[in-house]
Amino acid sequence: MADLGMVGSSKRSRVVAHIFLILGVLIVAFPIYYVVIASTHTLQTILRPPLPLLPGAEGPANYGEAISGGIGRIGGVSVGRLLANTAIVAVGIAVGKIIISMASAYAMVFFRFPFRMACFWLIFITLMLPVEVRIMPTYKVMVQLHLIDTYAGLILPLIASATATLLFRQFFMTIPNELLEAARVDGAGPWRFFKDILLPLSTTNIAALFVILFIYGWTQYLWPLLVTNSNSMNTIVIALRKMISFADADTPWNLVMVTAVLAILPPVLVVVLMQRWFVKGLVETEK
Amino acid sequence: MNRATFPHRFLPWLLVLPQLLISLVFFYWPALQAMWQSTLKEDPFGLSSKFVGLENFRKVLSDPAYLNSIKVTAFFSVVTAFLSMSIALLLAVQAEKVLRGKAFYRTLMIWPYAVAPAIAGMLWLFMFNPSFGTLAWPLRQMGIDWDPLLNSGQAMGLVIAAASWKQISYNFLFFVAGLQAIPKSLIEAAAIDGAGSARRFWTIVFPLLAPTTFFLLVVNSVYALFDTFGIIHAVTGGGPGKATETLVYKVYNDGYNNFLLGSSAAQSVILMAIVITLTAFQFKYVERKVHYG
Repeated sequence: MADLGMVGSSKRSRVVAHIFLILGVLIVAFPIYYVVIASTHTLQTILRPPLPLLPGAEGPANYGEAISGGIGRIGGVSVGRLLANTAIVAVGIAVGKIIISMASAYAMVFFRFPFRMACFWLIFITLMLPVEVRIMPTYKVMVQLHLIDTYAGLILPLIASATATLLFRQFFMTIPNELLEAARVDGAGPWRFFKDILLPLSTTNIAALFVILFIYGWTQYLWPLLVTNSNSMNTIVIALRKMISFADADTPWNLVMVTAVLAILPPVLVVVLMQRWFVKGLVETEK
Repeated sequence: MNRATFPHRFLPWLLVLPQLLISLVFFYWPALQAMWQSTLKEDPFGLSSKFVGLENFRKVLSDPAYLNSIKVTAFFSVVTAFLSMSIALLLAVQAEKVLRGKAFYRTLMIWPYAVAPAIAGMLWLFMFNPSFGTLAWPLRQMGIDWDPLLNSGQAMGLVIAAASWKQISYNFLFFVAGLQAIPKSLIEAAAIDGAGSARRFWTIVFPLLAPTTFFLLVVNSVYALFDTFGIIHAVTGGGPGKATETLVYKVYNDGYNNFLLGSSAAQSVILMAIVITLTAFQFKYVERKVHYG
């Protein structure tokens, strides 16, 4: 059995590998573990370092207080509202992007029309114009369109995505011609072909993209910061930042920790539970 | 291949319309505005403006604060990319070796991807908070004057740690995919020729990973330049002084807080040039990835 040993999976090298991986996992998971632990301790325990490495008994009390108005007292907005805002933005961006990019990719692959390539390039070039390079003028447009402090303002400008369109375009181009020809012989129009053939074939791609885009939407920061003035339109990430910036002796850190956990948990669950689609989506969309 | 298509003339326009409209209103129009604005000089109240050509660019590029910001950004990006990529590569190589527990390690390794950059920054600030951070506590016990909110080197260290931490997941997944694509027969052949495991890594695995590494280099640069705005904003606000003021943070701060519209627009245009260069580089590279070899 020397062959196994030769390609580097001898027992010793495997043990070393496990040690590295456990250390790596500890570093990677520790900050999240730390905040979860902190959210189960009293304010006094949190303020007196070092923090115990095991959960405390205050978990139910902290979460109970945070959810029943505690977070509202710090930021002026209930945690339910913050989570709802963030979920609306994340789902809105994910669903919106998938719909408009599928539509435009469908048009570009299965139809011939004047300026088709011009449309493709117009969409493609948006890759090079991230929000960060056009902060002020985009803000001005939002003000002129009365989109400040609206869900539309939080969602719309982020749903035009060249990457999603390119992904669907690439996928649609692999659909054999025979499929379309057969559908047309059977009298199927563009909608029937899309609904009965293309959509079922795209489900994996859609699921993969949904995971990536949900995370993208949930973790937005600069954009919500620009287009919301009213606290009641804040996403949970922005609200958490505002809680910390008031940081002084009176900050109820135990409730801040609960907010941090609630802000982290939904996207982490999506990534972990939909891991297969997540990895596929990540490695394929970014190619 | 000649694609079979539908004969409709009007329908396709209707289908591309939503995306085109959003792109024009929220991408092209503001980008053009930024370019136009970058050639104007406006009084602070926005009441009047006049055309000044490249004056704003000349000013920005000779402004010591901007040059400082370039230095800060370069240092931050290079260290962040290097740290997160080398840690991820090390872990991915180890994950290839183990027989059991691969899925378990991967599941734990991908968590940070789902954490918003701003929250990643806050988590690290919790742990290293000078007054009650558990990890700041031993530093203080050792007599280190630890206060990342006052000491610029420590502030930079903290934002780099948070930014690298968040990016490990992403790099790890890509390196794992890259490693799996390397034919095992090559590595076995080298082993038969008597190459040790370190030698096999540096002469076979690492060169064959080059496409993945180059790709990640571009992605990590873009990440460090743009996506880390949240970390800087949430943790240091560019400070102390201007020690962590990256280019993107400065555009935001000069435009949104200081109302230096012309200067902010000129900085935006410079950033646009950087993104275009990086994207062009990436696409040129992707071409090569297809004819991998």
